[in-house]
Amino acid sequence: MNRKKTSWLVTSLLILGSLLILFPLYLTITIAFKTPPEMGGNLLALPISWSFDNFAQAIEMTNFFNAFKNSAFVTIFVVIFTVLTNSLVSYAIARNLHKKFYKFLYFYFLSAMFIPFPIIMLPLVKQTSAWGMDNLVGLIILYIVFNLSFNVFIYIGYIRAIPVELEEAAIMDGATTWGVFWKVIFPLLAPMNATVAIITSLGAWNDFMLPLVLLSDREMATLPLVQYIFQGQFSTDYNLAFASYLMALAPMIIVYIFAQKWIISGVMKGSIK
Amino acid sequence: MKKKNSVFLIITIPAFLLFFIFHSFPALQGIFYSFTDWKGYGDWNFVGLKNYLNVFKDERAGDAYLFTFKFAIVATILVNIISLLVAIGLNSKIKFHKTLRAIYFLPYILSILIVGFIFNFIFAHFLPQIGDAFGWEFLTRNILGNPDLAWIGIVIVAVWQAVSFNTILYLAGLVTISEDLYEAASIDGAGVWTKFWKITFPLIAPFFTINMVLSLKNFLMVFDQIVALTGGGPGKSTESISLLIYRGGFEGGEFAYQSANAVIYFIVIIVFSVIQLKFLNKREVEN
Repeated sequence: MNRKKTSWLVTSLLILGSLLILFPLYLTITIAFKTPPEMGGNLLALPISWSFDNFAQAIEMTNFFNAFKNSAFVTIFVVIFTVLTNSLVSYAIARNLHKKFYKFLYFYFLSAMFIPFPIIMLPLVKQTSAWGMDNLVGLIILYIVFNLSFNVFIYIGYIRAIPVELEEAAIMDGATTWGVFWKVIFPLLAPMNATVAIITSLGAWNDFMLPLVLLSDREMATLPLVQYIFQGQFSTDYNLAFASYLMALAPMIIVYIFAQKWIISGVMKGSIK
Repeated sequence: MKKKNSVFLIITIPAFLLFFIFHSFPALQGIFYSFTDWKGYGDWNFVGLKNYLNVFKDERAGDAYLFTFKFAIVATILVNIISLLVAIGLNSKIKFHKTLRAIYFLPYILSILIVGFIFNFIFAHFLPQIGDAFGWEFLTRNILGNPDLAWIGIVIVAVWQAVSFNTILYLAGLVTISEDLYEAASIDGAGVWTKFWKITFPLIAPFFTINMVLSLKNFLMVFDQIVALTGGGPGKSTESISLLIYRGGFEGGEFAYQSANAVIYFIVIIVFSVIQLKFLNKREVEN
């Protein structure tokens, strides 16, 4: 295993490179704690006194907790229903791929991955607002449906590796198709479910374009959308803006610090399928 | 057996219908309206291919296509070179392996829009301050305010963000290569460069293909970064195709016209992806 010596040259180069990633975050944190007069001095300096005033003000001005609630609501429901429904649909397709209809469905969902969002954007927004779906519930439904494209692809690869004999044994014992899926297949899908949950939550939490075009009511704005509206109105007060950015980024960063091992391997698994 | 079939149909038919209603039907509507003069409200008439011809004559659309291609090609090349280097670094024998990997993947979890706002400040205030302090003339002015240079700022932010995901993909490929291959090559007297071209690169070629196609496709759809950094300016110098469709369609009353633009955009993305796949797959086989 230890045939090679530690390369200190590569280690130092990588550390130098990682500073390029950490630096914008360092700047965000320090500016968020500074006062406007301090901005005149050296931008690299630490704040003189770490004050939470900017955060208090930003919370009020962006209605932060409301936006956080909206983002959390959307993300949680999207993740739960995406995992439950997309895995089920993938299972139905995977076990019937020899039939024309299911094969058609598989390629139909797959090909949709290459359709750029702007091509459906204009009519979709007309349609959803006509149906009263220009709200958070509409957003959730659209994410779950759109996720099918990618998830069918990665679930099916995994399901096809599960031996059919397992299901046949369960059917012998009197289980229904429904029962087989939830009791046998769904638990076996656990690693893929985790991957889908991670990729889906990152997508729903950070997405900007769909909330931008779909949501008309400001009360429903998600975290990225709030930053956009806020930036348009208070672009001159950087300390306030950065406190707001930091609060919007913090939830994901905190989750990442504790779960990075699973997040990285989850995304890796999803992308090499 | 009959019952099993009906269960599968009960599962897939609603999924199919929902997907059709919310994805394919709007796409077909977009194509339909691209042949009309609909503004997004009121009456409409068929106008045939007029919108399409106008898109080709439209200088603003032409500039948006040029900018988007230039941006996407440069960003794709840079992202792939940098992430391949980082992945090779992370895969070699180094200290702080886990921490470094976690840091390099960090940008992937952050909102591109907010990252864009932060970089906007860096370009507008931090870099000019550095430029002043060291007397570097080229840094003293905000590059996002310069119509000729603003696109470079967008490339920097896009690359900063995208390297994380591509690195992870390359790393996934690199860990599958057995150390013995390199050992054997060393015994045969192969240098670092030969090992890279004869062993590493051919073995991760499939990952290279996926990364190139996905990055180009994603960069051709660039939107969030531009909204956060330049809003398409200065002038219209950094207006991407998606931004143009969004603006013209929702704010400019050009529903039908931008639908035609979106159809052209779709065809361009498909053509690019297919050409890339064909070309890269062919190269993979030769290796």
